[in-house]
Amino acid sequence: MIRKIAGIAAASVLAGGTLGGPALAQNEQFIPHLVYRTGAYAPNGIPFANGVADYYRLVNARDGGINGVTISYEECDTGYATDRGVECYERLKKKGPTGAAYFLPLSTGITFALTEKAPIDKIPIISMGYGRSESRDGAVFQWNFPLLGTYWTAADIIIQHIAKTEGGFDKLKGKKIALVYHDSPYGKEPIALLQKRAQMHGFETLLLPVTHPGVEQKATWLQIRQNRPDYVLLWGWGVMNSTAIKEAVAVAYPRGKMYGVWWSGAEPDVRPAEGGATGYHAVTLQHTAGQFKVHEDLKKYVYDKGNGNAKWEETDEILYIRGMINAMLGVESIRTAQAKFGKKPLTGEQVRWGIENLDLSAARIKDLGFEGVLKPIKVSCADHEGARTGRIQTWDGKNWKITSDWYVADDNVIAPMVKDAATKYAAEKKIAPGCLTN
Amino acid sequence: MLGPILETLIGGLLTGVLYSLVALGFVLIFKASGVFNFAQGVMVLFAALSVARLSEFFPMPIAIALAVVVMIALAYAIEFLVLRRLVNQEGIILFMATLGVTYFLEGFGQTVWGSDIYKIDLGMPKNPIFVLESVFPGGLLIDPSELIAALICAIMVVALAIFFQVTRVGRALRAVADDHQAAQSVGIPLNQIWLMVWAVAGIVALVAGMMWGAKLGVQFSLSLVALKALPVLILGGFTSIPGAIVGGLIIGAGEKLAEVVLGPVLIRMFDLAGGGIENWFAYVLALMFLLVRPQGLFGEKIIERV
Repeated sequence: MIRKIAGIAAASVLAGGTLGGPALAQNEQFIPHLVYRTGAYAPNGIPFANGVADYYRLVNARDGGINGVTISYEECDTGYATDRGVECYERLKKKGPTGAAYFLPLSTGITFALTEKAPIDKIPIISMGYGRSESRDGAVFQWNFPLLGTYWTAADIIIQHIAKTEGGFDKLKGKKIALVYHDSPYGKEPIALLQKRAQMHGFETLLLPVTHPGVEQKATWLQIRQNRPDYVLLWGWGVMNSTAIKEAVAVAYPRGKMYGVWWSGAEPDVRPAEGGATGYHAVTLQHTAGQFKVHEDLKKYVYDKGNGNAKWEETDEILYIRGMINAMLGVESIRTAQAKFGKKPLTGEQVRWGIENLDLSAARIKDLGFEGVLKPIKVSCADHEGARTGRIQTWDGKNWKITSDWYVADDNVIAPMVKDAATKYAAEKKIAPGCLTN
Repeated sequence: MLGPILETLIGGLLTGVLYSLVALGFVLIFKASGVFNFAQGVMVLFAALSVARLSEFFPMPIAIALAVVVMIALAYAIEFLVLRRLVNQEGIILFMATLGVTYFLEGFGQTVWGSDIYKIDLGMPKNPIFVLESVFPGGLLIDPSELIAALICAIMVVALAIFFQVTRVGRALRAVADDHQAAQSVGIPLNQIWLMVWAVAGIVALVAGMMWGAKLGVQFSLSLVALKALPVLILGGFTSIPGAIVGGLIIGAGEKLAEVVLGPVLIRMFDLAGGGIENWFAYVLALMFLLVRPQGLFGEKIIERV
């Protein structure tokens, strides 16, 4: 308990002092982070925030920053509320010698709200594995970067896997696939893709929204019991995920027929359901849990010195690793931008160029200690997503285990949808599509 | 079609019992002190967090006993730091004070006990039972943990009814609720009475928190579920223990039936996205009751001379 209080105190100091601080030095790159360490979504928000903070700390301790430019980092707790997210953004966007390098909103709702602000303030938004699916079109969404995967990618991979399990796409005809989703912009994102795939393959979709925060799902699962879908896709976050699995147990719906998005496939989602979650699947945002090469440096430079935000045994968990990946992609984008603009603190506009030209080869990923975590990623104006691959993992009662080969989302299906949605958005917002050169 | 409706009705009634359990805490304090305690929801969370975290270090019975001590200490702190300084103030002032207590406890609870999802293992069965399988295809599903919770709730209600109606302390509580000054003038120790009623409400919150926590896991969201007791109170009346029970049952059954039966109809008729009815139905029902019967089903009708 004392450790917990000490941890919170340390996090507060970190947020306001150690890496941030009111008086920022001139050779510091300021990076804000919108987090939620309290509230209904804290169980998932905390490990992600810890992963991000610890990676920045690692880069500072091991490398002396990014090419000698120290990272100055500050958290702002949004509680996953869009209004508080916008407030945090406004408070932090001009901080540091060059303003915010980029924002990680960790909320599709906040990402939606910031999408219109980012081009005005010239600060990029990295929404790794979330946000608007059509925002991968960099000609329209010049400041949005849904790196590694959008919800259309996630839904497509799950449908591909189900089809493979059934013996082919033709076997999906007549099947019923339910989507239990967080009734928010986040939860609604996969609907368009599912409807498109349903039209193509003749399966029926059953849409079941769950209102925030998702602890009342009895009626939802009674409907599942009555409609008896062949598969249930879970698009939840926070306590909604573990509640869904518990309710599935309560109505005896087989967990082996349930597939979660990557935000419904971490340890806090399955552990509260204990043995009840065994057999439950989730699509991965490429990585799963475990210790990787990067952990050796993390232990040596951060945790052995007593500077880690989490407990060491939590650093191999899925959301912690995802936080590190997100921070690493941000750092490497700044490094890419420094090659063009110089080894100094960069503006958001310069960092945007770095993200759009991010190209991490397998060799570079290995050098960074992320081998086995990530596949190569190459971002461009035409493709702000950079990669569209994933696997299926299954909870065995104690650990997540990879249970499928790699899938690549089918761009023959997704690309036209992106084009249509982005064109419509551009027309609505009176945006002249085009790539930015700087 | 009858099977699914019956199943939804049973599930709704059992959930309603859990709402009643939370509503009881509100009724207790309102009945005994005239304070609408907005902090009751967060007290449920705080109590559940106490049991969950203490059970990591102690066997469950000891953890529960320690949690009772924590809730009594909390009652004392609220009485000493807040209520004692607000004797004879308007009801709205006391209500605002409980709002402050709510926000304090929300943050303090997470600071002390953490924000993760914690478990309370009361050894309740998790797998559903199916009855009348020969009558309805697939049988009627019943969640045994909710059945047990309903039984515990029934015991609590009987105990509280006896406490209020039969004991001297119960009568003193009712006297304080009617008029602070009059009660003091006949020798009823106001501070002790308040401490007692907040402690009892804390214990009711503990039972409710344990039942909800065992079902959903203990996390911040529990305080939001507890707020579902508000429409239950509007429906049943703020001063009636039977009202809290009946209100809970109506809200529980009503919202589940609305979601399962009304939802698909609305989607077909108006091409809506659907869903979410479960969450607003209770409040709409409460609003309608406010219009036609503001004192609730069993509440006391307030007549004031002007």
